[in-house]
Amino acid sequence: MTPKDIRAAFIEDLTSVAPDIDPDLLDDDEHLQDDLGLDSMDFLNLVSALHKRFGLPIPEADYPELATTAQAVRYLGKAPAG
Amino acid sequence: MPSLGADMEEGTLVEWLVKPGDSVARGDIVAVVETQKGAIEIEIFEAGEVAELIAEPGQTLPVGAPLARMRKPGEVQDDAPAPRAVPESPRTTAPAEPEESARSAHPTHPPRRASRALPGAKAPGGADATGVLASPAAKARAAEAGLDLTQVTGSGPGGAVLLADVENYLKTAPATKETLETPAAKPAAKPAARGKPGLDMAEMRRAIATAMSRSKREIPHYYLSHRIDLQAAQDWLGATNAERSPDKRLLMGALLIRATVRALAKVPELNGRFEGAHYTPAEDIHCGMAVAMRGGGLIAPAIMDAQGKALDEIMAAMRDLVARTRTGRLRNSEITQGTITISSLGETGVDALYGVIYPPQVALVGFGAPRAEALAHDGAVAARVCVTATLAADHRVSDGRRGAILLAEIDQLLQEPETL
Repeated sequence: MTPKDIRAAFIEDLTSVAPDIDPDLLDDDEHLQDDLGLDSMDFLNLVSALHKRFGLPIPEADYPELATTAQAVRYLGKAPAG
Repeated sequence: MPSLGADMEEGTLVEWLVKPGDSVARGDIVAVVETQKGAIEIEIFEAGEVAELIAEPGQTLPVGAPLARMRKPGEVQDDAPAPRAVPESPRTTAPAEPEESARSAHPTHPPRRASRALPGAKAPGGADATGVLASPAAKARAAEAGLDLTQVTGSGPGGAVLLADVENYLKTAPATKETLETPAAKPAAKPAARGKPGLDMAEMRRAIATAMSRSKREIPHYYLSHRIDLQAAQDWLGATNAERSPDKRLLMGALLIRATVRALAKVPELNGRFEGAHYTPAEDIHCGMAVAMRGGGLIAPAIMDAQGKALDEIMAAMRDLVARTRTGRLRNSEITQGTITISSLGETGVDALYGVIYPPQVALVGFGAPRAEALAHDGAVAARVCVTATLAADHRVSDGRRGAILLAEIDQLLQEPETL
């Protein structure tokens, strides 16, 4: 998957757990929790969706690497394509 | 039309999920009603057969007006006309909606922002300025997507456009949004997060204002606060989640709710409802859980029968409730039958919250954000994860001494997380 594909997949999962987020207005450096207002349940649901899609374990220790869209795309890109 | 809150005067029927002749059991969802808390699924409280649907989708009805006529099981054909408090005809929309037509005439006006301020619940179904018959939910969704309702084929009575029609249209015609939206409608500096689709923020704010004003007017609150060492719970949670895939992981919030529900067994008078001049303790614990909406406002749907749910079941119920609060529909029992509320600020909040009791309940338990603090532990100062638990309770029903037992018991239970 190219970074572009990964970003598209990430945005799809993000907007399915938080349908009130408008992908057109999204800045990739916005913090998912501090700026976009995801709460811990929304974030866990997002991680669950990404886990399912990418087949990655995504342990809690890695959560800080998913803080923004840009960081998450880098993190998901490091894994073998799933 | 059931009352879905003390301040609710009317509601708009969005759609029927049953038809005449259908058999229904207690708890079945029969209709969807648009309220200040968004679209709510209406459950039926008696078993029987649907004899007649009286209200039509799009119709706005006062609380107490009949929506449908039921036959009890075994009851013979009853042809006597039911007493009808229904207005003869659906209320028609007042003069036309200038906002609506003005919006399409000025493409520089951000349509999605504008839709927020449109009081959807106050715009009963009926033809609008464009001559389209549509339900309020459909109108709100269409306005939000910048969609012209004349393009959508309605499947409701008289060809009325329903929410489902708009959703279907948007699914099959994804390009609509782009064609109607001019670049000027995208202020780049605006945060991407907005309110829940179809939810009217002004109406929700009004609903919160009414409930909270009533609470502060009628309920003599007292407040207690207690700092809890959460290190044991945090360690157990970390170790437990390390073994689990994300979809099975627990949140600290689930431990806090489970501990509170269990602790209520020691102080059962904090769980109940004060209605009229009487307090009635509740046998079951329908535990309201405050969910903050990103556009502002909050909803506290209840985890029904929480006393019988183990930790993993509490977590599953929380996931389901949050998902439905954000993206789907809540049921009327979940928003009207709560017996206590828990509000938890989560990881990014402040130290403590002092709640305003949600009437007719008599207590609200608040948890601040858990964080590491310097704490005396085993005779030395150590960095421990702590949380401040608070109780706001109704002094007509309990005293501080009893309230203190609840917070102390929650503390106790959280010291042995593996037994929760």
